[in-house]
Amino acid sequence: MKLSMVRDILGASVLAGETMLESEIKSACGSDLMSDVLAFVKEQGVLLTGLCNPQVVRTAEMMDIICVVFVRGKTPDERIIALARESGIAVMACPLTLYEACGRLYSAGLGRA
Amino acid sequence: MEPIVLRYTVDGDNFVSAGEASTDMKRSLKRLGADAELIRRAAICMYEGEINMVIHGGGGEAVVTFDGSALDILLVDHGKGIPNIEDAMREGFSTATQEVRDIGFGAGMGLPNMKRYADELILESEVGVGTTVKMRLVG
Repeated sequence: MKLSMVRDILGASVLAGETMLESEIKSACGSDLMSDVLAFVKEQGVLLTGLCNPQVVRTAEMMDIICVVFVRGKTPDERIIALARESGIAVMACPLTLYEACGRLYSAGLGRA
Repeated sequence: MEPIVLRYTVDGDNFVSAGEASTDMKRSLKRLGADAELIRRAAICMYEGEINMVIHGGGGEAVVTFDGSALDILLVDHGKGIPNIEDAMREGFSTATQEVRDIGFGAGMGLPNMKRYADELILESEVGVGTTVKMRLVG
């Protein structure tokens, strides 16, 4: 699935990585606990989270995640967006809950075998 | 190859900069052409260790040595130390504050994660003196 489709499915706004929308991703994960992302995530393209701080971007970079979607209407500040740009990570934001955002992407086929 | 040594100072008072050393290490290992899986495991170990140093150790020093196949990570802090290492290694055990939990850590998974992804982990700690973590990862 292309990041542009992730944006459309979630009704998200793109805050960083506008040139990455044609990038393909194969799976996603949703978590508010970054240690869980570090412990259990493997080869994920998108991280959906309601946590809003620079450590989300750092965690994404550690795990080769190329896009972070902030859910529940969280708006990352300039510091977070600047860090994402520097790290080559796309940033989106949407008003959906983590549950619904993950559900929509899963229903659309993302991460399904 | 001649071993490459990367040295970092970790700021103990800054949650925002926590992870800078790990980011630099990961980018350096990529540039050096290290094995992708080794980089992934090293990034997790170093990042959890760095977060621990900020949360519990009041900052400290990190030294990463890479010889082309094996990677050693040495983390030294002069913080309050760990009273019971067995407890600290247990998944879910945490002494972290709410502030730390609010940034997505402090769930008692740092050391267990490091143990999970390192081939070897040695932890030495003395209350009131500090903690030293040595990790070895083989590609």
